[in-house]
Amino acid sequence: MLIKRKEFLQLGSLATASFMVPKFLKAFERVDLVPPGNKVMVILQLSGGNDGLNTVIPIHNDIYYRERPRLGVDKAKALALTDEVGLHPALISLKELYDDGSLGILNSVGYPNPDRSHFRSMDIWQTGSASSEYITTGWVGRYLDAQCHGCDKPTYALEIDDLLSLALKGENSKAIAMKDPKRLFGTSNEKFFKDVMSNHKDGDEQTVDYLYKTMSETLSSANYIFEQSRAHPSSADYPKTELGNGLKTIASLIFSDINTKVYYISLGSFDTHVNQENQQQRLFTELSDAVKAFTADLKNNNRFNDVLMFTFSEFGRRVSQNASGGTDHGTANNMFLIGGALKQKGIINPMPDLNDLDEGDLKYKIDFKAVYATVLKNWLDSDDSAILGKKYDHLSFC
Amino acid sequence: MALSSQLKNQHLMWRAGFGPNVGQLSVLDGASPDSLYKTLQKASARRPQYIQAADSSLQGLMLGIQDVGRLQKQEMSPEQRKEIRQKSREGIKSLNLYWLQEMVNTDAQLREKMAFFWHGHFACRNLNVFYQQQLLDVIRQNALGNFGNLLHEVSKTGAMLNFLNNNQNKKDHPNENFAREVMELFTMGRANYSEHDVKEAARAFTGWGANARGEFVLRAFQHDDAGKTVLGKTGNFDGDEVLDILLDQKQTAKFISQKIYRFFVNDNVDHQKVEWLADRFYKSSYDIGKLMEDIFTSDWFYDEKNIGSRIKSPIELLVGMQRMLPMKLQNEEALLLLERVLGQVLFYPPNVAGWPGGKNWIDSSTLMMRMRIPQLINDTDDFNIKPKSDDDQMMGRNEDEVKIKGGGLRMANAARVINAQVDWSEYLDYYNKVAREQLVNDMAGVLLQTKKTVGADVIGKYADTTSKETFIKTATIQIMSTPEYQLC
Repeated sequence: MLIKRKEFLQLGSLATASFMVPKFLKAFERVDLVPPGNKVMVILQLSGGNDGLNTVIPIHNDIYYRERPRLGVDKAKALALTDEVGLHPALISLKELYDDGSLGILNSVGYPNPDRSHFRSMDIWQTGSASSEYITTGWVGRYLDAQCHGCDKPTYALEIDDLLSLALKGENSKAIAMKDPKRLFGTSNEKFFKDVMSNHKDGDEQTVDYLYKTMSETLSSANYIFEQSRAHPSSADYPKTELGNGLKTIASLIFSDINTKVYYISLGSFDTHVNQENQQQRLFTELSDAVKAFTADLKNNNRFNDVLMFTFSEFGRRVSQNASGGTDHGTANNMFLIGGALKQKGIINPMPDLNDLDEGDLKYKIDFKAVYATVLKNWLDSDDSAILGKKYDHLSFC
Repeated sequence: MALSSQLKNQHLMWRAGFGPNVGQLSVLDGASPDSLYKTLQKASARRPQYIQAADSSLQGLMLGIQDVGRLQKQEMSPEQRKEIRQKSREGIKSLNLYWLQEMVNTDAQLREKMAFFWHGHFACRNLNVFYQQQLLDVIRQNALGNFGNLLHEVSKTGAMLNFLNNNQNKKDHPNENFAREVMELFTMGRANYSEHDVKEAARAFTGWGANARGEFVLRAFQHDDAGKTVLGKTGNFDGDEVLDILLDQKQTAKFISQKIYRFFVNDNVDHQKVEWLADRFYKSSYDIGKLMEDIFTSDWFYDEKNIGSRIKSPIELLVGMQRMLPMKLQNEEALLLLERVLGQVLFYPPNVAGWPGGKNWIDSSTLMMRMRIPQLINDTDDFNIKPKSDDDQMMGRNEDEVKIKGGGLRMANAARVINAQVDWSEYLDYYNKVAREQLVNDMAGVLLQTKKTVGADVIGKYADTTSKETFIKTATIQIMSTPEYQLC
């Protein structure tokens, strides 16, 4: 190793900045800049309970059309993946990823004794608990606890948001939340905070020291993230939506030297009790456009094989439509897996059986914790059973 | 080293209440903690007034529909349901703000603090404002009374029975949720009973439900009155008898005493002290007032390690600030936004286990946010933080949409500017008498409970020295913007 990667990067970006390099060559230049192998995971939370049946649509299923006379997506409009299955018409880029072999679909993911409260069910998904237990740490947070013992920078996981989700809070380590690296927190008082900090010496008051430790980690991480986000900013065009901006930030960080392994971002609200068609159409358009830009950007920079993205929602919705042009809270749901290195592609397990329902709701076939176990072990190379508190059979998609 | 009575009094005010208020500044170093506690007890002995937050038209609407429904066997229309849900959410917001006001202003600090503890203990998410109002009243009336009565009454509220699915607990199809949580979270704690005990207890609660008015109803035809065995006792128990069996278990006194110790004294439990408390609590047949007196009049409560060691919950932080700096908020919804951002919205606990508290309050975002709040109160700084969505509250509408429609939650933008008018007069009157070079130390001595605090020079450096008055104000704001102020 002759040149440190960081210097190499800076050299690279200097060269890119030069007017001498024709624009079309810039993308090529990047190809060799970042050594592949730093695998990262991007979690996209669809908040509010996305209607899975109108996302991955059983276009030949009579029960589906019978139960959804108004909301059922017309077979001709769905983006057909197979004779039996189509995607929601707005999910154009996901159809392209499917054709490309970069999309996996897991059907009927859920958990036993499903809860229909948004908050509670999200709690269950974010903590990785059974529906009868209450855990105060998140599953990614516990990954940080295991992985990051004694880490000086808590940037192993980042959430693109103003506030941190429970999923990313561990017992001893917590991730950082930030919407914009330039503004990790209100800067109005930053100098004061730094002065306060340099004035403090740890003593025998444990909680005081704990607060100071959190404060100091926050300020140094803010700096670190900001520097890294500028090291190799994405120059691609992203849609000017919240998700678009967020994924662009994530891409820029993926291209940098940062030690982040997990990124977390949310889109919503998918709670479509009324007027579902418009709301889902709008959200899926935002999703599809942003994912299109993001995956193209990753491919152009030769990083698509190092990224595994997945989506989840706290629950799916009932099979039957309701009387207000919407659907009510349901149970099991599908998940999208996106990446250049998927070991299983396409529709990985059977579509939900609409003949075999539990009082009008889908039965789960895959415990979502088995999905977590799979990515923890196979993608992030960590001890999944220690993190999840139980051993789950691994799936084979990565 | 002997601790000053001022520090002890402040400690008592923070733990047995929501912190000292500005009116107490001149007496904090006078009275003894014991006499201060007597004052708190006396003020808290008055019967609290029922907080009626729900719109009266909503009451008419709900009860009217129920009565009509019963006569004509009619269901509510979807429009009526929607209107009721929306008004009910508005009602819960008012209930939240009313109660916050009470916490800030009342002399019955001990009672409201205790009620706040029970609010987290008997944690309940229920979108029906009448149910919530009623549960809050049960908790406030019994806050310092008898735990057995409190348990029986809470268990019979519409709020709790519905939240824990006991309306679905029927003779032929028992639903164990209610029985399980009563044992696991309200009385004995995990690992002190068997799965079989839960199953049997659940049968005793079959048929327990509530009507739309929130009144307890026993649906005799759904009740299983055959024999049951719970914790070694056998009989044709009903729900009340099972609750009494749980109260007979000394483990219940231990579990509650330990939780109270962690909340009011120290997160790190001293098992000997808890054992002593539990013993006396059990012998007194669960007299909560006596238990609290045992704690607050003991010497060890004032041990150095118990002072300034507790991370204020968001509610304690927000209420405590307002007690020292009385303020008028042009937009009260700003308080609700702050509750959401900091992670504690009254009436919306994360789950039936309540708020976990302690270090769980703190992450990079919430800590920085907490330290910015005093600044936000002081000027009309733009509050540029978007809270997480809570679809149980929002019903799928995001805030911007709501704003356009002009109804429901308007917090997103309208409340970003906090626009507080602080009434500084009493505070300034008091500190104007203090010599300037003493000011920062004196103020920090009142505002902070930790041993070590930020140096006067750092505070002074960032304070506005134009006049004594501006200095007092800005230095106060800076002291409140430190990590130490997060503790009590």
